[in-house]
Amino acid sequence: MEKQSDLLLDIQHLHTAYRLQGKFYDAADNINLTLKRNEVLAIVGESGCGKSTIASSIVGLYDHKNTKVTGDILYNELNLVGLNESLFNKIRGDKIGIIFQDPLASLNPLMRVGDQVAETLYYHTDMDEKQRYAMVIELFNQVGMPRPEEMYAMYPHELSGGLRQRVVIAMAIACKPEIIIADEPTTALDVTIQAQILDLLEKIQQQSNSGIILITHDLGVVAETADEVAVMYGGQIVEKSDVKTIFEHPLHPYTRSLLNSMPQTDDDSDEQLHVIHGTVPSLKNMPREGDRFAARIPWIPESAHEKDPKMHEVEPGHWVRCTCWKTFHFENEDSKVVSGE
Amino acid sequence: MWKTVLRRLLIMIPQLIILSIIVFALAKLMPGDPFTGLINPNTDPKELIRLKQEAGLYDPMWVQYFRWIGNLFHGDLGMSYIQKVPVTSLIASRAVNTFWLSLLTVILTYAIAVPMGITQGRYQDKWQDQAIQIFNYITFAVPGFVVYILGLWLFGYTLNWFPISGSVSANASGFFGILLSRLDHMILPAILAAIISTTVTVQYLRTGIVDNKVEDYVRTARSKGVPEKVVFNKHILRNSLLPIAAFFGNTITGLLSGSVIIETVFSYPGMGKLFIDSISQRDYTTLTALILIYGILTLIGNLLSDIIMSIVDPRIRIQ
Repeated sequence: MEKQSDLLLDIQHLHTAYRLQGKFYDAADNINLTLKRNEVLAIVGESGCGKSTIASSIVGLYDHKNTKVTGDILYNELNLVGLNESLFNKIRGDKIGIIFQDPLASLNPLMRVGDQVAETLYYHTDMDEKQRYAMVIELFNQVGMPRPEEMYAMYPHELSGGLRQRVVIAMAIACKPEIIIADEPTTALDVTIQAQILDLLEKIQQQSNSGIILITHDLGVVAETADEVAVMYGGQIVEKSDVKTIFEHPLHPYTRSLLNSMPQTDDDSDEQLHVIHGTVPSLKNMPREGDRFAARIPWIPESAHEKDPKMHEVEPGHWVRCTCWKTFHFENEDSKVVSGE
Repeated sequence: MWKTVLRRLLIMIPQLIILSIIVFALAKLMPGDPFTGLINPNTDPKELIRLKQEAGLYDPMWVQYFRWIGNLFHGDLGMSYIQKVPVTSLIASRAVNTFWLSLLTVILTYAIAVPMGITQGRYQDKWQDQAIQIFNYITFAVPGFVVYILGLWLFGYTLNWFPISGSVSANASGFFGILLSRLDHMILPAILAAIISTTVTVQYLRTGIVDNKVEDYVRTARSKGVPEKVVFNKHILRNSLLPIAAFFGNTITGLLSGSVIIETVFSYPGMGKLFIDSISQRDYTTLTALILIYGILTLIGNLLSDIIMSIVDPRIRIQ
């Protein structure tokens, strides 16, 4: 796929903090990311690592009372951080489309699905009612819904999970947005539908030259769709590179552990899956100093970690946090040094 | 939608049959019979037995039950023991009064409760919410009759703003004169009854708004760039009104039972007052008829609730 170096979104030093019992805790900690046109950027990590926090920060959909967002999210010279609501309403739905995880909960149960898609058009185009109806039918065709005229008048509860997610996608792409944010778009769907939805997303991206931010915990989805990958742990990005490098030469211990936890069909079938020790600490208990992943690889000596782990560019475009990857090995492996290549 | 209504109507048939059996059994359990008070006490007991036989009071229960049902279908509810007029016409004259009072009360209830609930939901945990919550506690905790008597004493006797009894003044004349006089008599009991019955509606609406505010579909609406005002009115509010629609039947039932107290306090000549009078005067035929009517009205209230629900919530329509 040819790539223009057309920058859509430039996130710099983004901190998003949530208030818990009066104190603010960073759920996204110094995030630097860019999204280019025609690119699928995947943000990967376990639950609670801050993936969705980034998404809600970009579109300004967070509880404004209990959330503090600092840093810059630049979209065409416009800083989305602290943007006023009426301006944001012009961008949301029009320039940035969002696809959420649970398609049933994401749809208003009392509104016909067609009308819900038309609502996006109502606020961002000059179309009259007839044109909006025709456009919705066209969108339903585009997202592969059978009998679109019939579907228009259905209520969300009358549709299957896959169809509901297609409605949500139709809603997100209604105004041909430049940026599509898909927050776990396939998590609530069964596997065969997942593949269809991912294909659809890829098709839409190719047709519209948009950039997609794909938030997921599913490495299979990443391998299938992403161009660039950012791996997150504990609110920080720990590794960032193109998809090939991430899968073929992963460096950070967390990335490697994640990949090792993935079932491989070509492996010996009796090999046990790798299990990462412990769990992601809660927002309040997250260590604010040292390597946040250190607690889950206790066999690695403390001296291997940086005191204040920074992102290092180990090769052009491949960023890794901390230097502990140089000495990292799995618990049952020999402690041989893993090289960068 | 019509299928839902039809199905709902069919369900009502067994409910009505059970209701009629219960009311019939109650009537039979009450002391006295249609001749109590009608007959000269000096009448020969044999003559009385003959009269009772003629009236069919010694027939088997099921024969009596079906005769009663047959009469019901002809609109014959029997004669009032005390007033010596057909119960049907007695109730009919009172029912009109109760109907208008109840209608005014319902309108006022929602006119007061809906804005309050919306304010509470919108300004959750702010002073507006807390102020209305205090009001809710008071209306919930204070019994109706206390409010009615206080209101009657303050606005009726002391301030003389409203008439203290009846449904229309004797010297009112002309269409508008009578209409105004009727309204004048209804307004105080209706306002007081409305205030007392707001609690549930306000609470349902507040909870609905607070819950719906954080729903995913509201976030979706915002993600489409829908302005916050529209998000609230079109998405949050509409979904929050569902429980109120579901509770509509209970509101109607509550009004009917409430009318018994308020009409007694205000000496308002409605069905509720008639009910209390029938009890104190042991007018069993009237009482039986009233119980039956209250029962039927309760069923109709629930039916209305279900029909409204099937209109506003597509999820409960039967395909």
